[in-house]
Amino acid sequence: MEKRVTFGKWTIGILFAVPQLILIFTFFYWPAGQAVYWSLTLQQPWGGGNIWVGLDNFRSILANADYWNSITASLVFAGISTGLAMLIALVLATLTDRQLAGSRLYRVVLIWPYGIAAPALAMAFRFILAPEAGFMAAVNKVWPGFWDPGLNGADAMASVIIAFSWKYVGYNFIFFLAALQAIPRSLIEAAAMDGSGVIRRFWDIQFPLITPTIFFLLVINITESFQDSFGIVDIMTAGGPANATNLMVYKIYSDGFKGLDYSGAAAQSIILMLLIIVLTIFQFRFIERRVHYR
Amino acid sequence: MASITIRDVRKSYAKIEVVHGVNLDIASGEFVVILGPSGCGKSTLLRMIAGLEEISDGTIAIDGAVVNKLEPRERGCAMVFQNYALYPHMSVAQNIGYSLKVAGVPAAERVQRIQAVARILELEHLLDRKPMALSGGQRQRVAMGRAMIREPKVFLFDEPLSNLDAKLRVQMRSEIRKLHRRLSATSVFVTHDQVEAMTLADRLVVMNGGRVEQVGTPAQVYSRPASRFVATFVGAPAMNMLEGTVTLEGLSLLGGSRRLAVSRAGLPVGSKVAVGIRPEAVRMVAPGTPGALAATVDLVEELGAGRVVYVDLDGAPFSVVTSETVHPEPGSAIGLQFAESDLHFFSSETGSRLDVFKASVPEPAL
Repeated sequence: MEKRVTFGKWTIGILFAVPQLILIFTFFYWPAGQAVYWSLTLQQPWGGGNIWVGLDNFRSILANADYWNSITASLVFAGISTGLAMLIALVLATLTDRQLAGSRLYRVVLIWPYGIAAPALAMAFRFILAPEAGFMAAVNKVWPGFWDPGLNGADAMASVIIAFSWKYVGYNFIFFLAALQAIPRSLIEAAAMDGSGVIRRFWDIQFPLITPTIFFLLVINITESFQDSFGIVDIMTAGGPANATNLMVYKIYSDGFKGLDYSGAAAQSIILMLLIIVLTIFQFRFIERRVHYR
Repeated sequence: MASITIRDVRKSYAKIEVVHGVNLDIASGEFVVILGPSGCGKSTLLRMIAGLEEISDGTIAIDGAVVNKLEPRERGCAMVFQNYALYPHMSVAQNIGYSLKVAGVPAAERVQRIQAVARILELEHLLDRKPMALSGGQRQRVAMGRAMIREPKVFLFDEPLSNLDAKLRVQMRSEIRKLHRRLSATSVFVTHDQVEAMTLADRLVVMNGGRVEQVGTPAQVYSRPASRFVATFVGAPAMNMLEGTVTLEGLSLLGGSRRLAVSRAGLPVGSKVAVGIRPEAVRMVAPGTPGALAATVDLVEELGAGRVVYVDLDGAPFSVVTSETVHPEPGSAIGLQFAESDLHFFSSETGSRLDVFKASVPEPAL
């Protein structure tokens, strides 16, 4: 029989939960509630009352081609950056798991990018990827005009994807490495005795056994790519050129605080929230089925 | 079926050598058990045969061909691991058939062979289950099936029974033995359990500290241990050891407090020896019997079929196994008697056997 320690009075339990509840309410439910309210009203740009407009804000946003462009850009960004960050991290973690020379060092060093604030790393990548002076200038010298994120939308998108992926590779790496190391070594050895080579062992044994981690990271990476991309976009491209990198989270900011359309921005953030919820439900419904929990 | 030849095999991790030059010949179809305490290098040796550890020095040959540089899969060995190492995400059938799948055996033939192996191991009704849903003994059988299906030249067992409870262990032990008789594949079995080793082995290899101490049939190892280590490691309860000095009349034991009149046959007077006597070879007699050693009873352990009597011999621990229906009271005085031919002599310095007396059991021919 499992023994549980319980509080004699339920009030004590509640008291322990109160600090957390206050935090969640103050920083999540209250602002979220406010956003919902704003999205259904028309706010004065400089304060002083609002008018109830029902779903008019949503209608006007969804009728706007710029907004659909922003959704597309966000989905492209989420898909490619998540894929890139997870794939690179998995390759690095697999190599480290095989105890190549220096793997102890990578283990420490690779978590650092995750600790860097998005704007700071965006600034670094802005220099690295600058077409006139950075690393890519050398490429431009060979093929003039090959790389210009200031004019070319695809180049700009690539820049923000690279910066974002770089940050999340470290994060994913730590989880992948932990998952790989949790696989008993004897399983790999048994597969080797069964005649399986390195690549085959990875697909037949290691990959299926780390699917819970892959699934977890997929959910986290996609969610973060919708939210954590703001700082990178703001510093590197400011949504340009020609809205090519105007991701949903950035458009909320620019419409709300630069365009002073508080209500429209509130409605956009509600849509973004719904989109993330739907994506997460989808992942749990359809991808989790293929996960092997031990 | 294959023979295994091990020549001067060494293993070092970084600068620390853990296996110090092992030589061993395993005949085709033989069941060899490597016995030793944990950390003696027995598993490392087995893993070097399997190809899971690199061989630092020396050679291992299977069927005459040196396999030092071959991948595990190219050596034709199958291995049963201590923790079974079943693939948790595969069913029993997939676990057993994995090696065939890797080898590209067509599905139809695969199913057939899985069925055949499952029949031998009585796993037919479990083929669709995941390892999680199996008991320890069933998992053990699946691990065996996974090794068997490849029809390997050599079976390697790395303490496969140590995770099972006592009853199951005895049962699996006889099943492994039966299986070996049926397949008669060369088998190398590593264990620290001497009962397991004695019952399974055609030939026993006792290892200690990265060296082979003795190679022989279980009976040989038991009756003529080659070293003090083997003498105390093989047999339960362990062989009694008394430090002594050779004198003109025989032996002076325990710093001179006890004397034993035995022929010293060739040993120089004054040499330091360790005298071993198996608890089973000691008889308890009435205190004061001429020629018997006087001792005090410490503790009696009831085994059902017999008793282990722990006695105190001037501070030295000593045990006696008896099947007689005597129940000596703790604290009572008794006498200990034994035949001269049951004594084993070991050098106090090197620990190696000093062959003073003829062995009481004739050596069976190999």
